[in-house]
Amino acid sequence: MASTILEMRDITKTFPGVKALSNVNLSVEEGEIHAVVGENGAGKSTLMKVLSGVYPSGTYDGEIIYRGDECHFKGIHDSERRGIVIIHQELALVPMLSIAENIFLGNEHARYGVIDWNANETRTSALLKKVGLKEDPKTLITNIGVGKQQLVEIAKALSKEVQLLILDEPTASLSEKDSQALLDLLLEFKRQGITSILISHKLNEINRVADKVTIIRDGRTIETLPKGDISEDRIITSMVGRSLDDRYPSREPEIGEIVLQVRNWSVYHPIHAERQVIKGIDIDVRKGEVVGIAGLMGAGRTEFAMSLFGRSYGRRISGEVLLNGKPIDVSSVGKAVEHGIAYVTEDRKTYGLNLIDHIKHNITLANLPGVSRHSVIDDMRELAVANDYKAKTNIRSSSVYQMTGNLSGGNQQKVVLSKWLFANPEVLILDEPTRGIDVGAKYEIYTIIARLASEGKAIIVISSEMPELLGITDRIYVMNEGRIVGEMAASDASQEKIMRAIVRGEGKAS
Amino acid sequence: MSTESAPVPKSGVAEDVQQGPRVAVSALVTNLREYGLILALIAIMVFFQYTTSGTLFKPVNLSNLVQQNSFIIVMALGMLLVIVSGHIDLSVGSVAGFIGALAAMMMVIWPLGPFSNPLVVSIICLIIGGAIGAGQGYWIAYHRIPSFIVTLAGMLIFRGICQALLGGGSSVGPLPAGFKALSSGFIPDVIGSLTLIPPVVNAAGKTIVGSGLTLHMTTIVIGLVAVLAYAYFGLRARRSRERHGYQAEPFTLFVVKTLVTSALALFLVYQFATYRGLPIVLVVMGVLIALFVFVTKRMTVGRRIYAMGGNAKAAQLSGIKTERLTLMVFINMGVLSALGGLIIAARLGQAVPAAGLGSELDVIAAVFIGGASAMGGVGQVIGAVVGGFIMGVMNNGMSIMGVNVDWQQVVKGLVLLGAVVFDVYNKNKA
Repeated sequence: MASTILEMRDITKTFPGVKALSNVNLSVEEGEIHAVVGENGAGKSTLMKVLSGVYPSGTYDGEIIYRGDECHFKGIHDSERRGIVIIHQELALVPMLSIAENIFLGNEHARYGVIDWNANETRTSALLKKVGLKEDPKTLITNIGVGKQQLVEIAKALSKEVQLLILDEPTASLSEKDSQALLDLLLEFKRQGITSILISHKLNEINRVADKVTIIRDGRTIETLPKGDISEDRIITSMVGRSLDDRYPSREPEIGEIVLQVRNWSVYHPIHAERQVIKGIDIDVRKGEVVGIAGLMGAGRTEFAMSLFGRSYGRRISGEVLLNGKPIDVSSVGKAVEHGIAYVTEDRKTYGLNLIDHIKHNITLANLPGVSRHSVIDDMRELAVANDYKAKTNIRSSSVYQMTGNLSGGNQQKVVLSKWLFANPEVLILDEPTRGIDVGAKYEIYTIIARLASEGKAIIVISSEMPELLGITDRIYVMNEGRIVGEMAASDASQEKIMRAIVRGEGKAS
Repeated sequence: MSTESAPVPKSGVAEDVQQGPRVAVSALVTNLREYGLILALIAIMVFFQYTTSGTLFKPVNLSNLVQQNSFIIVMALGMLLVIVSGHIDLSVGSVAGFIGALAAMMMVIWPLGPFSNPLVVSIICLIIGGAIGAGQGYWIAYHRIPSFIVTLAGMLIFRGICQALLGGGSSVGPLPAGFKALSSGFIPDVIGSLTLIPPVVNAAGKTIVGSGLTLHMTTIVIGLVAVLAYAYFGLRARRSRERHGYQAEPFTLFVVKTLVTSALALFLVYQFATYRGLPIVLVVMGVLIALFVFVTKRMTVGRRIYAMGGNAKAAQLSGIKTERLTLMVFINMGVLSALGGLIIAARLGQAVPAAGLGSELDVIAAVFIGGASAMGGVGQVIGAVVGGFIMGVMNNGMSIMGVNVDWQQVVKGLVLLGAVVFDVYNKNKA
């Protein structure tokens, strides 16, 4: 019988006006992989911040018992000294420093302040071997991919003699392959006796590696399930507090005339001018139709969409865009918006929102003329618009004056969507509309998409989640290496068919 | 993030209809920054009024104060937009010096005939200021060269040209009286003055300066109209919110705020009226402040500048032409720097090589004291104006007290640091 390594009892954490955690209990046994799941904003990250001392002892109620001692961590240093290491979703690496420098940052092998680089690099090599990363310790972080950066973070944790490793959505930005490798690594650590807490949205991953799952909803512990009882349905039911019989809303597509046609669209890479990123794409979208674009990472889907949207990506763009049969000029974002094209970015924090401004100002940003006269903004009209869209897209916030930076991922996504809905487009391009948001919010986004289609909008959905594409679209284009390599009705499509199209396309391209 | 402790209203409609002291206090706390700054200004004024034994609020000194500091505030209006859009402009002091020198050369030295008329010269100078802003903004906006570097270069270049124009270390003057009126003139009393207490006439038949009490009625009327307009528009905005069913700030707080601001304004207007009326430069400044408040709060271009400073990429992908907007912000800054230069030259009555030297730092400090964020996207016009006045009152008050110029800098530095620390502390607490 394994012993309990960590016990968090009755943790309550209050922020001004909000009770983020209320009597949360979490008990982790030595050597297990313990998954923590919950909707965005449920309080998972807050709980981990309490544990690691980001919120110092005294700012919360409840007790933390680690290896039998009651702990009062005053900061990350205290918890790291006890072997508790947290790897945050946003990686904390310095891009222009090398792997070795990053791993031993603040913890360098040094004598009288003079760094012993040989010792650092030797140790780094050993650590990299442990996490299965074949890179020179001198390589700069900026030159390796996100997946490898994640491994560097883990190596860094190992260098701190980690006993309890906390991973906050480690696979959120990783490709399928990198995710698998990471999960294998966790299993390997488990064999070595390292305990892990895994925060994740991806239920299939949890199924694969977790020994136990604790579900948190609205700042409370709902239940902890042992391995035998873990099932996707059970977890989803607990997470959202209701059962989701259908993960996708049903809809009756009413498909009309062709709205958008793209002909022979080609784009070259913005820096490597010789590299053609998009190679003569033809697509069309009809009124009331939801069209999916499937493909692997790097297939060029985002590049295609952004180049279409006011040449926001790439150089030497050629090809034709027709709206309702007439060629239109989409050479700037302003013109594209004017012609009724909207693009909802895959990266809402970097490209979608002004995080230091409130919901109201974000919603009207793409259509300020819509709330102003002679360039003077009508405050009341703007407020009415914001409240209207807040209700329509079900944004959960205390008011439209809440900063978007303080919203959960799902609510942020709804704000970005609202912004583009208010611009009243005919064609809406949604790039990974449900990335990094929880099951409940995903359903809401799908419902909005279905409603927009029924209102006669032409919708393009780019997604890496194939079940999602199969669930919500009418027709799917498959993209690979900058080309369209397949087109199929969603009713005929399957994950296998899509994969087959990609593989065949690869044969063609080479 | 909803929890049971905070019931979430269905839409933003009237959350706290009840108006009690509790609500007033909480509204006061949330607006601490805004009110705190004005309270700080008042506290500083009262402090110096006391330590200078009443000299600070003497009508003569108030006029001096305005004339000495107006160019800082005028330039701070432009600097606010520059800083909100995520940039900085270090060249404003040099540009002001250069424009002052140019104006003096055009009016006094160069034989330009009708083009040496002060009004014509001023207009030409403002246009040249705009062109300088465009030149710097072009590199910043379209070639993405950091504004710090471009304007540092501008700071060196225009100070150099300024000195070269004036032929080394000499000064050029005197400037025509019509031009000097921009800084040292007062608005004409079109209504006529009202004598409350006739001045004392001494035995020699001469009036004793400073005796008696005569009011500059045009000033009083302008002051009253401005205060009434302020109260009226405040009330109207309030009504409009209520009519649409949205909460406004608690009525008591609104009344207190309006009364305090109005009382302060009327007191100052009265003081000016007992002297020679409103300084022309104060009127110019007031109109500009009102214009910039309106542009930043109500106009789409203002909103776009804030969005660009908050997240330039998101703004661009929302259809905002960020390059052009950046260029416009710097053109605006150039025009206001030129105006600042004209005001300095008009006050000194001549152009000197050191005009505006180091003033870029006062301008930037005013904006930061006013609560703008160095990261961009945050900052208010009123904040920058109050920040400018805080700097000005401290300069003036410490000078009257006889504090050494060296120590004045130390105090100003500490106030800047203190204001920003207070800001950061407040933000983290929330």
